[in-house]
Amino acid sequence: MTDAAELKRRTAELLAAYPPATTDRLDFLRARFDAGLAWVHYPEGLGGLGAPRSLQAVVDAELEAAGAPDNDPRRIGIGLGMAAPTILKYGTDEQKQRFLRPLWTGEEVWCQLFSEPGAGSDLAALGTRAVREGEDWVVNGQKVWTSSAHLARWAILIARTDPDVPKHAGITYFLCDMTDPGIEVRPLRQITGEAEFNEVFITDVRIPDSRRLGEIGDGWRVAQTTLNNERVAIGGMRLPREGGMIAPAAKTWRERPELRTHDLHQRLLKLWVDSEVSRLTAERLRQQLVAGQPGPEGAGMKLAFARLNQEISGLEVELRGEEGLLYDDWTMRRPELVDFTGRDAGYRYLRSKGNSIEGGTTEILLNIVAERVLGLPAEPRTDKDVAWKDLAR
Amino acid sequence: MSTQPDLLYSEEEEALRSAVRDLLADHCDAPGVIARTESDAPHDLAAWKALADGMGLAGLLVPEDKGGQGATHREVAVVLEELGRAVAPVPYLTSAVVATEALLATDADDLLAELASGRRIGALAVALNIAPGGAYKVVRHEDGALHGELTAVADAAVADVLLVPADDGGLYAVDAADATLVPQVSLDLTRPLATVRLDGAPGRLLGDAEPAVRRALRSAAGLLASEQLGLADWALTETVRYLKERKQFNRPVGGFQALKHRLAQLWLEVVNLRAAARNAADALATGEDVELSVAVAQAYAAPVAVHAAEEALQLHAGIGMTWEHPIHLYLKRAKADSIAYGTAGAHRAAVAELVDLQAP
Repeated sequence: MTDAAELKRRTAELLAAYPPATTDRLDFLRARFDAGLAWVHYPEGLGGLGAPRSLQAVVDAELEAAGAPDNDPRRIGIGLGMAAPTILKYGTDEQKQRFLRPLWTGEEVWCQLFSEPGAGSDLAALGTRAVREGEDWVVNGQKVWTSSAHLARWAILIARTDPDVPKHAGITYFLCDMTDPGIEVRPLRQITGEAEFNEVFITDVRIPDSRRLGEIGDGWRVAQTTLNNERVAIGGMRLPREGGMIAPAAKTWRERPELRTHDLHQRLLKLWVDSEVSRLTAERLRQQLVAGQPGPEGAGMKLAFARLNQEISGLEVELRGEEGLLYDDWTMRRPELVDFTGRDAGYRYLRSKGNSIEGGTTEILLNIVAERVLGLPAEPRTDKDVAWKDLAR
Repeated sequence: MSTQPDLLYSEEEEALRSAVRDLLADHCDAPGVIARTESDAPHDLAAWKALADGMGLAGLLVPEDKGGQGATHREVAVVLEELGRAVAPVPYLTSAVVATEALLATDADDLLAELASGRRIGALAVALNIAPGGAYKVVRHEDGALHGELTAVADAAVADVLLVPADDGGLYAVDAADATLVPQVSLDLTRPLATVRLDGAPGRLLGDAEPAVRRALRSAAGLLASEQLGLADWALTETVRYLKERKQFNRPVGGFQALKHRLAQLWLEVVNLRAAARNAADALATGEDVELSVAVAQAYAAPVAVHAAEEALQLHAGIGMTWEHPIHLYLKRAKADSIAYGTAGAHRAAVAELVDLQAP
């Protein structure tokens, strides 16, 4: 059993062999991966030691104290949070060896080719086609809401491999090379003025069968691993008291007494309390996970996060009065990092509108809570036994 | 905050929960509670005796060397969750929490031991709506006797001893036999109020009223959140159960998306309330971050408990409006609880002070 003391010992060894001050950043990250200290709950040889996930904090604290470089996790969130757990669970040994190390070090950025213009909440209805030709699959279609597509080396992709069976059964999961000449990435401008997402047009892209993840026709099940991890990533951030969206609003309130009104005061206090309670719920969820009693509470975290972000940022725009009528900058940009609490209140207000859409709409998540947590009857389905090609569209 | 609060339930706390739940299943079934509310004795003293005498729960907050169990607010919170779930008409919050906390701030170890053992029931003679920082009425202390009338004292009708704040700043113990207790027709049928009239009643000085009352009300406000959690959890669970059974338009009404979404939202509120209530109980137990944890829990809890009871009524529809169905007991308790020990608004005002978000 690898315990905290053992991890501290191994971390000290790594730091002694590769002093951060004199070691190249990438060399250090590779050495950390090879020492099993990248994500300690992963298996040995794949960046981990098969240790409890909760012990990662021990390693991270030691490395941070020593001034070691990190892998800039915010820049490679899709790889770390979605591609990696899916590859770990369904990948062949060869795929795991090839992809996980450069994914974790950030040498290779990943993006996610899931949503399509015609397949949003009903993702399983997707129409991007993959047709087998010899040892390859030839892929054609269009994906949307793809962050980092213009930076990505690889993509996780789901495509339709059999249109003649019901929609969930005819999907296959692939690892797609974003440098293929058939990939065209176009920025998708949002209501904030910037383009943090892209549209991706896929024309005769050839993917070797060796880059299929999981069985043919099993892509929907494989994708569940990706999507479940996405919701954990979106709702599961650990915040300090008065962290997140409430922080700038509270700061403005304290620094600008001339903006205060009784109505805004009541609403701000209510949102402050809601934020604090939401933080406690996230902390309770974390404690349940550490204690090995994962509860269904995680399903609700993203719902709360979306509502709070929207209400708080909306309140802050109102609080700012005349300044609330202004906007910092409508220039079209392609930001590498997205910071929901960055920029002005107006930006935060507009950007947070996406929080109740991305990663599962609030309406779909409420269905999920009602059906899977409360056990209420499922929505009536008219699509379950219909071949994909015969669905209404 | 030096350490993270423990927001989970320990195995011992879960065992305590099942024991209390089993006991209440035997004593406090809904038809029995409803029938009792219309009798001369709305309180269920048999259930109280079983909880206090049989299980020793009245003394949880009292140290062992003072005749109690030496447990903490965390265990009390679990008991209150179950009492809330059953809307049990027992003076637990008022005697084992409020009066006991007040006595813990004094040197009255004999009274404390009597309350801890359940041999006597105590009530702090402060109106139920007073917030931890709020002003409360006092009686006149004159020539060694107490004079005056105090209203809205919860569970006073079954109290053996009243803890009465007086105008000289003292807290006095008054035997119920020396006071006139008049039941008030109360919104909450299961935690009825009474007026306390003192016409020259003898009182025993216990100590200063101010710290005792503050301590009692703060603890009450924080732990009330656990009772509200129990109420809300009952309302959600019972409504989900009913909507899976109830059929209209040839399908279970729980399958209609409008209703599913409302229940999912309510579930989220109950999940949040659990974290807030556990946090307040843990803070009271450790003494860390108490004021803010209590204020946050009470600012959040009352609207959730009321919402849960109101949703239960609306989603049960016609049957929920009947006297026969127990929902009204929960609605009345939840609404009364939203005023008890300070409204959500009063606690938000406390939050504003504590985190420096000042009013205009």
